[in-house]
Amino acid sequence: MSTVVAEPTLPEQAARPVHYLNAHYGVRSWLLTTDHKRIAILYLVSITLMFFLGGAAISVVRLQLMTPRNDLVAADTYNKLFTMHGIIMVFFFLIPAVPAVLGNFCMPMMLGAKDLAFPRINLLSWYLYILGAAVTLTAILIGGVDTGWTFYTPYSTARSNTNVIPAALGILIAGFSSILTGLNFIVTTHRMRAPGQTWFRLPLFVWSMYATSIIMLLGTPVLAITLTLLAVERSLGIGIFDPALGGDPLLFQHLFWFYSHPAVYIMILPGMGVVSEIVPCFSRKNIYGYRFIAFSSVAIAVLGFLVWGHHMFIAGQSVYAAMVFSLLSFLVAIPSGIKVFNWTATLYKGSISYETPMLYAFGFIGLFTMGGLTGIMLATLAVDAHVHDTYFVIAHFHFIMVGGMVMAYLGGIHFWWPKITGRLYPEWWGRLSALLIFAGFILTFLPQFVVGYLGMPRRYYQYAPEFQVLNVMSTAGASILGAGYLLPLCYLLWSLAYGKDAGPNPWQATGLEWQTPSPPPTENFEVTPEVVQEPYQYSAEVTHGG
Amino acid sequence: MAAKSDSLAPHFADLEQQHEAATLGMWIFLATELMFFGGLFTAYTVYRHRYPEEFAAASTRLNLVFGGVNTVVLLTSSLTMALAVYAARVGRRDWLISCLGLTGLLGAAFLVIKGFEYHGDYADNLVPGLAFVESEWPKPAGVKLFLLLYYLMTGVHALHLIIGIVLMSVLAALARRGRYSSEYYAPVEVGGLYWHFVDVIWIFLLPLLYMVGVR
Amino acid sequence: MPQPVETPRMYVAIFAGLIALTAATVALCHFDLGAFHGAAGLGIAGAKAALIVLFFMHVRSGSRLIWVIALSGLFWLGILLSLTLTDVLTRSWSM
Repeated sequence: MSTVVAEPTLPEQAARPVHYLNAHYGVRSWLLTTDHKRIAILYLVSITLMFFLGGAAISVVRLQLMTPRNDLVAADTYNKLFTMHGIIMVFFFLIPAVPAVLGNFCMPMMLGAKDLAFPRINLLSWYLYILGAAVTLTAILIGGVDTGWTFYTPYSTARSNTNVIPAALGILIAGFSSILTGLNFIVTTHRMRAPGQTWFRLPLFVWSMYATSIIMLLGTPVLAITLTLLAVERSLGIGIFDPALGGDPLLFQHLFWFYSHPAVYIMILPGMGVVSEIVPCFSRKNIYGYRFIAFSSVAIAVLGFLVWGHHMFIAGQSVYAAMVFSLLSFLVAIPSGIKVFNWTATLYKGSISYETPMLYAFGFIGLFTMGGLTGIMLATLAVDAHVHDTYFVIAHFHFIMVGGMVMAYLGGIHFWWPKITGRLYPEWWGRLSALLIFAGFILTFLPQFVVGYLGMPRRYYQYAPEFQVLNVMSTAGASILGAGYLLPLCYLLWSLAYGKDAGPNPWQATGLEWQTPSPPPTENFEVTPEVVQEPYQYSAEVTHGG
Repeated sequence: MAAKSDSLAPHFADLEQQHEAATLGMWIFLATELMFFGGLFTAYTVYRHRYPEEFAAASTRLNLVFGGVNTVVLLTSSLTMALAVYAARVGRRDWLISCLGLTGLLGAAFLVIKGFEYHGDYADNLVPGLAFVESEWPKPAGVKLFLLLYYLMTGVHALHLIIGIVLMSVLAALARRGRYSSEYYAPVEVGGLYWHFVDVIWIFLLPLLYMVGVR
Repeated sequence: MPQPVETPRMYVAIFAGLIALTAATVALCHFDLGAFHGAAGLGIAGAKAALIVLFFMHVRSGSRLIWVIALSGLFWLGILLSLTLTDVLTRSWSM
């Protein structure tokens, strides 16, 4: 088994260099920073907190589901718990995770720039995120919301007596954070590339961030107006979404899913970008099909906007529209498939090593593919009629979001950790955690496919007794998964104080960000770099594709 | 001619790159704003299809004189805004300040006229929940939805206009202090783009809200 | 700095056109055009918007990227409207 970690140097031997972490001290220098790298750290801390809050909520849910007629929590509380889990995980973890942490940190360096195009707007993004999180968490603390993260009407507007408006308001505010991040990324990519950094020399991570930004920009505003209409309807009760007053509840679903479906591509595309960086590095091989991967990212972004009706197949939508959306949903799987083929072809005859980032990348490829294939099942009208609103759907999107996205996020954190902190994390703990997370994940979510197919509905606080064994397996898996997630929290923090000095390029990776010291100086590059070669030049032999 | 060194942010190579980044950024932001209003347009389209007669009946009750006058006011403000950007580009500070001020004033005039219009709507029992007579209408549900959309769309538009007026005041104040020159006037151009967008939205609101039925 | 080619005289001419089109819109809504009533109003609005976007917002002399962004916004709004309408217009029940 080959290894790519260069010889680390002991910290005391190096002179004390100035870098972005120690250039300025004090709380003000962090809270008023415009350095994209510091803003990435601010986001890292915030979303980690939100992740564990969302995880805590679902832990109680999984405990409740240990027995079929459990009364650990009342039905109302149960509804609030899964709503809290969904809102926090979707809006405050999955959407910002890779873009706001890894995207913010790496993008300017990958482009050869000193910072993003609008550094102060970048800081504003973070403050909007924090404000949104504070408002939503307040809504949860003062009594919670029980509508599900999807806020379907007329329950959310006319029936629920929980804190719908504050929760919706918090999400609205966080949405603006997302829009501003996307705006920053697009302008920076267009206008601030270093000399020689042509579009097809960009790392695929940049392509995926660019495609993600398109979605963030064009989808999130519709969520904003939808939540506004929700609040107006709940306050005034005129009837925009209430059938009793002449409104159309499906209109809400159209507007809501117009954003929320592309939102899942906001979540997965950055993860795909991370995998595209990790796989070539740890196979020591040029990426296969660079242009295919690049264009498929944009294709996913565009096609992702055309499929939202597949969430409403049995909600009252016209069957003709359903057929259109079903066909389009089949089509959107194609670019994702293309990526999986290209990663696999990159691995073929590569010199593969199994460092922690690579383990996460493998996990992503396998689990995302499984999740994606079940998506095609769900896109089939006849199948969806039976499994809609069952655990089959839950398992599908958790395979993609947790098996895919969270693994990619962790892989990216581990991959760039040496660059971000200047320290190496303990490799064996990293590998152990990755394997534990993988095992925990399978035990948690594979049974959910089965139990959903057998008919167990989602969002119910009790269930029929014949589903118990599978639910117990799922809960057991969840505890392993939880332990697996806590481990990186511990050893990554440990590495900040005790980790070995990383050096500029411990993975021997290509890419401009690895040409800087670890951690990088505030202005990233002392001299603006000039790019003269294609990316991913890992092997000396001629390779296919690209 | 040397550029003012304090106008150039440190992460940009030159003023031209900064200018291009600023205009690109504002255009992208305007695309997001179009999608924001787009949600309202979609709701409008769905309900107009569902309640064609009610929409037509309610629409003809709106005051077209106010609507028409306001359209002229806003179009004039777009002219003064375009002239302001031109003045900045050729370095005429006095014209720049006057045009910015005039643009803001015309925007404020729009809001005042709108205020009178809303008052008239209230007096005419066209405010569901506050002043509305159910028995006046054969099928009030569709009428209420039209009126709600009318207030929402013009209200969100007015909100954007208020932001625009604040923007104009800030730009005018900074222009008075000599902040802009023919090398550095990106904020004026970017403010102009925003102002014109708000005008374009109104241009579409006019037929959608005032001209559904035959008068 | 990118130099748009518009002059104040051109702006005033465009403005005159905008006022004329507004007068046309207002006049038009007093006539019953049947099925085309809505389309006519929106069509004129589209023409006015085009004048503002092309001339006042300098898209006519702008870069290709600006054109792409402006058209993309319109295109995406079109997606939202058209696909929603595939549902709303083809329902066989009265919702």
